[in-house]
Amino acid sequence: MLEPNFNLTILTQYFDRSKYLNNKKGYIKMIKSLKKFSFFLVSVALLIGLQSEAFAAKKSKTLKKTIKQDFVKCGVSQGLPGFSNADAAGNWTGVDVDVCRAVAAAVLGDSGKVKFTPLSAKERFTALISGEIDILSRNTTWTLSRDADIGLTFVGVNFYDGQGFMVRKNSGIKSVNQFKNGISACTNIGTTTELNMRDFFNSKGISYEPVAFEKADEVVAAYDSGRCDTYTTDKSGLAAQRTKMKNPDEHIVLPETISKEPLGPVVRQGDSTWEDIVRWSLNVMIEAEEYGITSANADSMTTSDNPQIKRLVGAEGELGAALGVPNDWSLNIIKQVGNYGESYKRNIADTGILPDRGPNQLWTKGGILYVAPAR
Amino acid sequence: MFFKKNKSYLSQIITILLIVSIFGFFTFNAQVNMDNRGIDFGFSFLSQEASFDIQFSLIEYSGSDSYFRAYLVGLLNTLLVSVIGIFFCTIIGVIVGIARLSPNYIVEKIATFWVEFFRNIPLLLQLFFWYYAALRALPLPIDAINFNDISYLSVKGWYVPEFIWTNSSIFYSSIIAGVVSIFFIYRFAKKQREDAGKQIPALSLSLLAIITLPSIAFLVGGVSLSFDYPVLTQMSKTIYNFKGGVSIPPELMALALALSLYTSTFIAENVRAGIMGVGKGQKEAAASIGLTTSQVLKLVVLPQALRIIIPPTTNQYLNLTKNSSLAAAIAYPDLVLVFAGTAMMQTGRAIEIVSITMLTYLTISLLISGLMNWYNKKVAIKEK
Repeated sequence: MLEPNFNLTILTQYFDRSKYLNNKKGYIKMIKSLKKFSFFLVSVALLIGLQSEAFAAKKSKTLKKTIKQDFVKCGVSQGLPGFSNADAAGNWTGVDVDVCRAVAAAVLGDSGKVKFTPLSAKERFTALISGEIDILSRNTTWTLSRDADIGLTFVGVNFYDGQGFMVRKNSGIKSVNQFKNGISACTNIGTTTELNMRDFFNSKGISYEPVAFEKADEVVAAYDSGRCDTYTTDKSGLAAQRTKMKNPDEHIVLPETISKEPLGPVVRQGDSTWEDIVRWSLNVMIEAEEYGITSANADSMTTSDNPQIKRLVGAEGELGAALGVPNDWSLNIIKQVGNYGESYKRNIADTGILPDRGPNQLWTKGGILYVAPAR
Repeated sequence: MFFKKNKSYLSQIITILLIVSIFGFFTFNAQVNMDNRGIDFGFSFLSQEASFDIQFSLIEYSGSDSYFRAYLVGLLNTLLVSVIGIFFCTIIGVIVGIARLSPNYIVEKIATFWVEFFRNIPLLLQLFFWYYAALRALPLPIDAINFNDISYLSVKGWYVPEFIWTNSSIFYSSIIAGVVSIFFIYRFAKKQREDAGKQIPALSLSLLAIITLPSIAFLVGGVSLSFDYPVLTQMSKTIYNFKGGVSIPPELMALALALSLYTSTFIAENVRAGIMGVGKGQKEAAASIGLTTSQVLKLVVLPQALRIIIPPTTNQYLNLTKNSSLAAAIAYPDLVLVFAGTAMMQTGRAIEIVSITMLTYLTISLLISGLMNWYNKKVAIKEK
């Protein structure tokens, strides 16, 4: 920053020199100096202006950019029913999609203002780090190395999952303990699945043939054609992909779960305001369910007696301001996207993928969904 | 005056400055942005445990080996499919190229159709056809196509017997001895022809050497060969697989097929151009001085045709090697899938891994082109 003293010195330098006024030459000189000085002033003003702009951008570059472009850039899967899947008209639905919609509702007041980019497992992190997308909501497992090592920050969990195996029903296999040497297993490359699979087969002492494809559809096709004996990925993914097979009833998901797969949205490291916005957009959805606020009754809840409910619908407190978003942010999320339970029911339960919520039930109802309070 | 003299130097210097500053800008830009995003740069990850398994490997590999070892596995798989592809595309290309010049109408038309068909369909599409349409339609192991109880073809791959040698070193030495003796036979034959004007049947003698020496090894050297045949085993009620033998995965078959068929068309055209490039008068002149047909081909046509064929064929070999990176589309674990795919995802080191991969392909290509240039110099006209 320039110091004010410096400006004053310049001023005296140019104006206290009366010798300029003694003759015509001096007068012209003075005019020239004044021109120079005004140019200098404009430059300083520009410099300060740019710096203040830079300062605000530093606070949350992503938020500023999102407001300016008027849509949220969201990375999703290439088609996983229940999580992120596009219909024939190109409308995206799913619980992962709803996280991005919630952020759009919070920041821009309209859950429809999202641009979805389908990504393979291999492309997803590069797309986020390079700024092609601002939120990665693509059934991505939260692990230490991903969180710490490669410039990413996980903001929470929107689905608790675990890796499982799918086999053909007529194979007679009912448990992973019946797997024998030489079994071939299809999966996606660049996933935690690939690593867990090795840990699992190694610990069991079973030799296996891993066949890894880049796209989920290719994995399913390979398994469906008999190229592989088993298909392994997150259990939710297995359930979702089963609906895409030629004959879903011919396949079963084995009961064993071989890993912990907490799936959740990811943002770039280094923009903590944006990170907070995404985290709390997700948390509001979960907490709204806890307090019984739904898309249908959200408006009437503004007059509730419960102060936490009033805070959640933005009728009390200034929670939005703390995040740098309008104060009706949470009300918009609940009204336009719905609470977590509604999203789950709409995308996962009613579509027959996983009717039972299992661990993805609220902590008050025997599940492990427990988020920090929005207050 | 000064500028006129140094104009050429000046433009050179400006060019160098420009190139250096462009590279400098990109390096600086990458560094600043990586710093901003908290990504560090380095190659130490290469010695870390890879912790993923690879479907198919020529060297001993398991997930507890390092990323560098995984890189080697990918590199060898790339080289394997390239060598197989180059081998078959050359053979098919030469046959089709000669067939295109055949006086037989049907043979000529079939060859023309072959070239036009495989040359004008995108390679990726051909690869998808072989992998997803042709090889996926093969039966499950239980109904595998049976080649005389020796070899089986199924959707899971092609199972062939494994060769098991006893005293393999003696056998290999006998082969090497055979090759060395062929070299001496040819040198002797050339000397006899040039000094004494005698013709020695070098080809028959060489065949004799390469057959006799290993036979002796079998008869008295204690070398024996047995086969490990693949056997169908049941893994569950309906899952069957082959145990024993060697399995050639369908991914490798599809890739090798697509690469060799596609590239064979270009080589066929090169061969045709090469043969047509030798004037008819040359053959007639050679025949008129009493050379036999095979001598005309060996001494007059081929040496001149090769000069035309080799440079464009080098390009095709390079293309084939680079095209092998399409493997990633069908799960063949080549350099791109294993290293620039899985390893990149598991480590997140995009810049390091992509640059290593690029340098590797560059090195392979320069090696092939160096080798072919050396061979081209050997057959080129030596002006005296």
